[in-house]
Amino acid sequence: MGRMTLELEGVSRRFGGLEALRGITLRVPEGARRAIIGPNGAGKTTLFNVITGELAPSTGRIRLFGRDVTRLAAHRRAAMGLGRTFQITNLFSRLTVEENVLLALQALSPRKYAMVRPLRRDAALLRRARSLLEPAGLWEKHATEVRALSYGEQRQLEVLLALAGRPRVLLLDEPAAGLSPGERREMARFIKGLDASLTILLIEHDMDVAFEVVETITVLHLGSVVAEGSTEAVRADPAVQEIYLGTVEARGAR
Amino acid sequence: MTPGGWPLGRWRSRTAAAAVLAALAGLPLVAPTYYLHLLTLTFCYGIMAMSLDLLVGYTGLSSLGHAAYFGVAGYTAGVLATRYAIGFWPALTLALAAAVIVAALFGLLAIRATGPYFLIITLALGQIIWGLAYRWVSMTGGDNGLRGIPRPLLGPGLHLAEIRPFYYFALIVTALAAGAMSLLTLSPFGLTLRGVRESESRMRALGYNVWLHKYLAFVIAGAFSGLGGALYAYYNGFVSPADVSLVASANALLMVVLGGSGTLWGSMVGAALLVFLQNLISGITQRWLTILGAILVLSVLYAPQGIVGAARALAARAAPRPESRRAPVPTAEPHP
Ligand SMILES: Nc1ncnc2c1ncn2[C@@H]1O[C@H](COP(=O)(O)OP(=O)(O)O)[C@@H](O)[C@H]1O
Ligand SMILES: [Mg+2]
Repeated sequence: MGRMTLELEGVSRRFGGLEALRGITLRVPEGARRAIIGPNGAGKTTLFNVITGELAPSTGRIRLFGRDVTRLAAHRRAAMGLGRTFQITNLFSRLTVEENVLLALQALSPRKYAMVRPLRRDAALLRRARSLLEPAGLWEKHATEVRALSYGEQRQLEVLLALAGRPRVLLLDEPAAGLSPGERREMARFIKGLDASLTILLIEHDMDVAFEVVETITVLHLGSVVAEGSTEAVRADPAVQEIYLGTVEARGAR
Repeated sequence: MTPGGWPLGRWRSRTAAAAVLAALAGLPLVAPTYYLHLLTLTFCYGIMAMSLDLLVGYTGLSSLGHAAYFGVAGYTAGVLATRYAIGFWPALTLALAAAVIVAALFGLLAIRATGPYFLIITLALGQIIWGLAYRWVSMTGGDNGLRGIPRPLLGPGLHLAEIRPFYYFALIVTALAAGAMSLLTLSPFGLTLRGVRESESRMRALGYNVWLHKYLAFVIAGAFSGLGGALYAYYNGFVSPADVSLVASANALLMVVLGGSGTLWGSMVGAALLVFLQNLISGITQRWLTILGAILVLSVLYAPQGIVGAARALAARAAPRPESRRAPVPTAEPHP
């Protein structure tokens, strides 16, 4: 096994009386593509929030690229190369598409503190924004406020913002949620086509999307890891079938 | 276009700014001194209101204590000029430094709070300054205020004793301050403030130190508010606890909201509206507060984006540009 990109040791998180994460231990090697699955309320989003530093763990340790980041602020973890998307679309909704991308592009540059020179004079930065938006088919909407975009376009931008800073680890929280079947397939293909050196953690309910993208799966249930392994092994695990896949198949059979 | 971009296109907004400036520069030739007096007051309050808009409209921080920095600088300039006979430029420099220091200290306490808590903390901190102005009688004159602040002597032969020279001086200071704040909103840092307003969690996830951006905005806004306050002290010749009171802070917030928060220039319009209405109407009736309340209700009902916001919406409807909102701003196109 290669170097570890992300390691969690006995990470727990309480919300008052609720233990949303219970002693999670997780090791994600460099370049891995791992899905985190589990029923609603299993603690998947909370796990992401603890990894990114949006929430502090109640107990346990987190290491990123071998460095202990348990107490490190969220923006510093981002600067180390940790990118994420949000389950509930989290964009700068009253800014234009282009401004959203510009914010993502300048996030890790000291020029974000520049106060005098107009942003619009930075031709190189504007070019980078355009070259990020064009392949996604969003350039023609660059001057549109994000709140006026379709839901599908917003989900697309959600991923683009996370990629703009060229992260080395990407946490995707249900990127295909709410999309049409066609858009889901497109999203799956897009994620699969990302740079092979990029470590990806993917929360996904849609098994077709998950199986398309990842080679290993971690199953979370009531805040604990209940199974972990290759997609086939997890699919065959009777405990997993009972708590998760079983319910999905039962729903599918109806 | 979005607030804070080049709203009318760069060329058009520059032309508009130049036209307004030219009109204001020509005004003393025709207008009675009373209007110059009201405009000079508008400039002082307008600088404060614009700086508050950097917090309220751009960063999403509603401060209810912004008169504190206005007052700290005003009192500092006044005390230095009257008690220590210190000249205009050094006193102005120290007044601005005092506003910056107080904003830097208060910011440490206030920035961690969000939403209504931020409002309440800034209010409480503002009341500390009011308390100082009121209680530190030996320095501030207490309830009686600080009288006899002399009109500035800028240099040999440049004494601003008369209203006209002072008006021009205030106009230049205001134009420079407004220009600087306008540049700030168009800068990379200005965009980060609007990003903070829209989503702090996304900003953090991208790698922004949200606290630092808010803190810097808070101190910068305090500095400009102080500039307005120092100008006011020298113009008015008198500062009192009323200038740092909760009512003064609420008035500044009202100017921002009436003019249109997040438009920057709207705050100057809001300041003009309040100064002129207050002075013209209170000559006719005692019911200024009633009228102020009515204006506020009407504006919330019919122009929730404020005067400038509503005017922009009207202009956009009257003259839709080809392709309307999709049309790229001229400078938006990177040169291929
Ligand atoms: N900020 C919070 N405050 C209180 N409870 C929370 C918070 N975030 C999540 N929870 C609770 O933690 C549990 C796990 O939530 P979450 O991580 O969002 O689940 P999932 O993403 O797997 O659907 C849920 O019971 C949820 O209600
Ligand atoms: Mg979730």
